Amino acid sequence: MAASKGKKPGKPGPLASVAGFGTTFGTMFKKPNTEQYPEEKVPTQLRFHGRHQLNRHPDGLEKCIGCELCAWACPADAIYVEGADNTEEERFSPGERYGRVYQINYLRCILCGLCIEACPTRALTMTNEYELADTSRESLIYTKDRLLAPLAEGMVPPPHRMYEDASGREVTEKEYYRGEVPRADDDLLGQMLAAAKAADENAAEVSS
Amino acid sequence: MGIEEKVPSGFLLSTVEGLAGYMRKGSLWPATFGLACCAIEMMATGAGRYDLARFGMEVFRASPRQADLMIVAGRVSQKMAPVLRQIYDQMPNPKWVLSMGVCASSGGMFNNYAIVQGVDHVVPVDIYLPGCPPRPEMLMDAIIKLHEEIQKTPLGVDRVAAARAAEEAALKALPTIEMKGLLRP
Repeated sequence: MAASKGKKPGKPGPLASVAGFGTTFGTMFKKPNTEQYPEEKVPTQLRFHGRHQLNRHPDGLEKCIGCELCAWACPADAIYVEGADNTEEERFSPGERYGRVYQINYLRCILCGLCIEACPTRALTMTNEYELADTSRESLIYTKDRLLAPLAEGMVPPPHRMYEDASGREVTEKEYYRGEVPRADDDLLGQMLAAAKAADENAAEVSS
Repeated sequence: MGIEEKVPSGFLLSTVEGLAGYMRKGSLWPATFGLACCAIEMMATGAGRYDLARFGMEVFRASPRQADLMIVAGRVSQKMAPVLRQIYDQMPNPKWVLSMGVCASSGGMFNNYAIVQGVDHVVPVDIYLPGCPPRPEMLMDAIIKLHEEIQKTPLGVDRVAAARAAEEAALKALPTIEMKGLLRP
């Protein structure tokens, strides 16, 4: 055979014992691949499973309907939901029910995303935020105030009534889910601005 | 007489505390306590890409007497608990415990008879790190938050007072068996 003429494959040559140093020497001329974490944060993949977020409709009403499907799907029993009825005076979400209590225990949650798959209204999604470490067990149970998405442009914090279109008709729940609500109507936005202005004036009076 | 009476009260000790805290946080030596999959991420954090040597803690000590930070990485079984406690007792003061991952912190998804439901049943935990397993950045974030805690550690009489206050608070706290909702272990 031709192979048997050359060096035997199993037998090391005379330089084999120092060949490893070649690798070490070569590494000296390579660029270090160290990530300078706290100073330069490398963004995660978009699909990274980080902290949860409770989303809102474009007019500020919550998407969560308090159905507890996320809590049922959770393999670690990390989610606690208590639903309650919306009333005409206090409306937090379009439709009948909303999540009154919503807690996620991050010391149980394994960030698997089964709750995201279970959510029927896409109310629960995950962000890419991962800096969650804390010093006590109590502070790692995130309640609704820490999980809710921040108010974006054109949103009014609930409770408030449902969106009214140009003709003054209150839209239905279905239209919310079809994405036909662009933002809070002008009436509501105006009310919010007026309330904020009044609060500012009150604060100025108290301080002066 | 001395300088202590001339400077405002608490000035000298707080400066010494700050200096001691700065030195302590700059040279944490972790004990290797990898128990499960979190240990893989802990090893990755120590390796070249994330490089714990940047925080002065690249030496993972296999001997507890040379370590002052215990990173509990992974689920602690009932059988491992006394071993963990013994290693903690062998570490010299001052010492800190970082509970890495949900299994070490609260039992995680293993809510059964074999796993200790949180390593804080066995040793006092200074910082909890969620994640399953936490990525190396999360571990480094927890370490940086622990550094802040170490920087604030009181010394001498203040340290004794702080320990007393913590003990009193722990005695007054609601027993876990009476807790409701998610806090119930």
